[in-house]
Amino acid sequence: MFFHADDSTICALSTAPGMGAIAMIRVSGPDAINRCHQLFSGDLVNAKSHTVKYGRFMEGERVVDEVVMTIFKGPNSFTGEDVIEIACHGSTYIQEEILRILVENGCRYAERGEFTFRAFFNRRMDLSQAEAVADLIAAESAGAHELALNQMRGGFSKEIAELREELINFASLIELELDFSEEDVEFADRTELTNLLLKINSVITSLIDSFRSGNAIKNGVPVAIIGKPNAGKSTLLNALLNEERAIVSDIPGTTRDTIEDFVVIDGIKFRFIDTAGIRETEDAIEKIGVERSMNAFREANIITYLFDVNELSPSQLETELTTLNQELTEGQQLLIVGNKIDASEVDLSGYPSEVLFISSLARKGLLELQESLINVSNLQAVSKEHSIVTNVRHHEALSKARTSLQEVLTGMETGIPGDLLAIDIRKALHHLGEITGEITTDDLLGNIFGKFCIGK
Amino acid sequence: MLRDYDVIVVGGGHAGNEAAAAAANLGSSVLLITMNMGTIGQMSCNPAMGGIAKGQIVREIDALGGYSGIVSDKSAIQFRMLNRSKGPAMWSPRTQNDRLIFATEWRLMLERTDGVDFWQDMVSGLLIEGEKCVGVETQMGLQIKAKSVVLTNGTFLNGLIHLGEKQFGGGRAGERAATGITAQLESLGFESGRMKTGTPPRVDGRSLNYDVMDEQPGDENPSGFSYLAQHRLTAQRSCHITYTNPTVHDILKEGFDRSPMFNGRIRGSGPRYCPSIEDKIDRFAERDRHQIFVEPEGWDTVEVYVNGFSTSLPEEVQMKAMREIPGFENARMFRPGYAVEYDYFPPTQLRHTLETKLISNLFFAGQINGTTGYEEAACQGMMAGINAHHKVNEKDPFTLQRSEAYIGVLIDDLVTKGTNEPYRMFTSRAEYRILLRQDNADERLTPLAHSLGLASDERMELVGKKQESMRSLRKYMDKTSISPEEANPVLAEKNSAPIKQKVKLSTVIARPHIDMDTLANASEMFHVELSKYDPVVIESVQIMQKYEGYIAKEQEMADKMTRLENILIPSDIEFDKLTSMSSEARQKLKDAQPGTIGQASRVSGVSPADISVLLVYLGR
Repeated sequence: MFFHADDSTICALSTAPGMGAIAMIRVSGPDAINRCHQLFSGDLVNAKSHTVKYGRFMEGERVVDEVVMTIFKGPNSFTGEDVIEIACHGSTYIQEEILRILVENGCRYAERGEFTFRAFFNRRMDLSQAEAVADLIAAESAGAHELALNQMRGGFSKEIAELREELINFASLIELELDFSEEDVEFADRTELTNLLLKINSVITSLIDSFRSGNAIKNGVPVAIIGKPNAGKSTLLNALLNEERAIVSDIPGTTRDTIEDFVVIDGIKFRFIDTAGIRETEDAIEKIGVERSMNAFREANIITYLFDVNELSPSQLETELTTLNQELTEGQQLLIVGNKIDASEVDLSGYPSEVLFISSLARKGLLELQESLINVSNLQAVSKEHSIVTNVRHHEALSKARTSLQEVLTGMETGIPGDLLAIDIRKALHHLGEITGEITTDDLLGNIFGKFCIGK
Repeated sequence: MLRDYDVIVVGGGHAGNEAAAAAANLGSSVLLITMNMGTIGQMSCNPAMGGIAKGQIVREIDALGGYSGIVSDKSAIQFRMLNRSKGPAMWSPRTQNDRLIFATEWRLMLERTDGVDFWQDMVSGLLIEGEKCVGVETQMGLQIKAKSVVLTNGTFLNGLIHLGEKQFGGGRAGERAATGITAQLESLGFESGRMKTGTPPRVDGRSLNYDVMDEQPGDENPSGFSYLAQHRLTAQRSCHITYTNPTVHDILKEGFDRSPMFNGRIRGSGPRYCPSIEDKIDRFAERDRHQIFVEPEGWDTVEVYVNGFSTSLPEEVQMKAMREIPGFENARMFRPGYAVEYDYFPPTQLRHTLETKLISNLFFAGQINGTTGYEEAACQGMMAGINAHHKVNEKDPFTLQRSEAYIGVLIDDLVTKGTNEPYRMFTSRAEYRILLRQDNADERLTPLAHSLGLASDERMELVGKKQESMRSLRKYMDKTSISPEEANPVLAEKNSAPIKQKVKLSTVIARPHIDMDTLANASEMFHVELSKYDPVVIESVQIMQKYEGYIAKEQEMADKMTRLENILIPSDIEFDKLTSMSSEARQKLKDAQPGTIGQASRVSGVSPADISVLLVYLGR
């Protein structure tokens, strides 16, 4: 809650959100250099301040992107702390991946204005500059709660409020046993408490799970267009976008990087990612493109598999699909699209019935494809019936709250005493408080006094 | 007629007595003024000390060199360690006490304290010079000068007793109220309010039938409050439990129209956690019975305290209803229950030293600050006494952090948040309760008090020895292993998984349901080793070893908080100029005048964003 008072290492996108040629992610804090060093192919620990390193941003063995890292050692940095600035390629997918990996490796998403704040905190700024920051924070304080709640799309705020109530109830029941064990009140039995906790846990879990859909609504449903080189992926993208976004040629492997753009269809935002054709290649640059295509594939909610009906027979398609199906992860939807029907005399009846046939060039079958996209995105149903988490920090807070709750559940199983359970419950409340506002001990006592007859 | 004093303490209850003792033991000349020398150290409510959270406070007072723990031990007729089955943060010592011996012991301990003089009189006003308090004025017309004054007036300021439709001025039944001080303080700019508390009837124990009640005896191995451990019980008296029923409730309801609680005569707010029986029946109508806890008032007296039956209904209604309670069929009443209303001063008008912000050298402690409870009062008295002495001698203020003591939590809650109902301590009020245990109050606080000159060398040596023994035992357990042959049979008994190879004792003890006794049963060598140690040391080491992870977790959070506590807010800060802050926060901070960022963050209505703004302005 007091972001300024901790010594965590924070990260955030410093360039404007969305796609660009390149993006810059800033990491600041005492562990900035170490954390980035571990995720970088080069050596940052022994690098001098104010130098630039080129290398690969890695998650384990996986290359996420080629990046340029600039090292600023405190106090001679923007924030006065150790700072790493990561310049990466500009796709939102890569930006999000790098941020996600940083957070999973011990960094924390920065609050709005936090870099500036730290700069002031470490006396890197004078008061007049800082006052501007104060106003910025204040603007957030006045409007933030309301805004955050509005942002949460209807049901979420209600659900969080209910969750808060349930958690206060649970915490009160535990506190009741502790502070009022000598009073003549009936204590909830452990099975009842466990059930209450499981209920809370399942609500939090469904909110966390909604993040994927939530993210889709906010940032667009990621749709990867994949297929063999020269199946016409870029042409399809251009057709969907109604513009010449991708360079098209009949040379296989023309698209060497992933290209993405947004299309709004029936009010739902789709983020199409045109991938480099996936094939074995010796070309170093194309290789990276292929790896990126694989990343895009993993991230996508919908996979559009495009093939050239003139090149792929029904039986060959079947083989391809068998391999493809093994790669699909849970929740990923697959659309199979046969392209170039305008230039074909092929009999289409041999293909499976779910295959859509189009011609990007002749703009045939595109409407049907759009309809299918809407149907498989499943978002109309979701957005109306369920609460959806779209905010990265809400997602993070909910995840942490769930971790604490799981510790409580484990503790209940092993039969540890209530005052120890309370430590983790308080942590869960604290994390939830990051969304709803702080829950105080007065809330707990008020709840106890309201519901139980205390006092001999 | 009287000399000038360093410190005058007004009131001879739990707060006043601790204040007088602390200031005198630090070297001040102290005058304790009470309206009646015969009622020093009265237990106005139930004859018990300690309990959940409160027991921890008594231990803290004792660790700091106060008297409450010793007096309680000397006058105890029963000892129980409550919440034994819960984690160590919850273990709470409680004694039942002989009311008469308790008061006598207090009086004697004060008489034996060098530097404490007594004067029986009613303080009717304060001597104020400019914005400084320089003494008191009494009803007898005396003006007594002092460098500091501590007010501990309890329920006596404009005290008004309610019994059915009757009202009479008084601080306790049979004792008159104190007047004059409230009006003067208000004219000096203080805000005041009314609070209410109540007490149940006292009855003749010989008229009760204990056979139909449940007996609650003391612990088999009674311990005590004081770390000096000079007084341990050899015999104990039991309490008894019985219950009300619908007939009792119906009779009580007949009197509701004459209840000062319901007809609006009582204006002050009472405590939600200690409601009167009529309040319980009214608010929790679905419950057909409420517990009655029958407490003996002493070793020899036949008087009995009917806890749970606090009421201000007309005495004949009390009597008629009470006789429907099982065991009370033939009860003879000694004194009826009643409610008392009194003045208090919202404690947000105080500094953390308990000195008032408006008038320097004037300190408040106890119910005058809106608290309830002997222990809450006593610890405030002690802190006010210490700080009154420090003020006189131009020494630094002495305050305790929330992570150091329940006393720190209590005072910080009072001065930063204030209170709308009588404030009682609960463990849930403390953020770091696993650090604030009854077993380690001496380790937490005695060194601090010793450096002030308040805790004796003897106390310091005891802590030193205890810690040395603890280190030695921990070291032994860290380096000594237990074999599967020894451990597995006892582990099986406790449904704990067997070990496959030799394991360190300190590792095995961390398992749930495994304690020192389990291990001593398993290993003869460990059994022999343990016999070298004091049980107190063994218990403390067990807590440290078993709950190490949790203790570390809370310590880490406490350290983070401490960093906020260390960022000071200058007293001349003009919150009005912080226009980036919400206007509510500005107003609240202006009222609260927090001394540190930590305090500011706990003021209600102040959001984290407001704190950020504040930090920005502080340039840090």
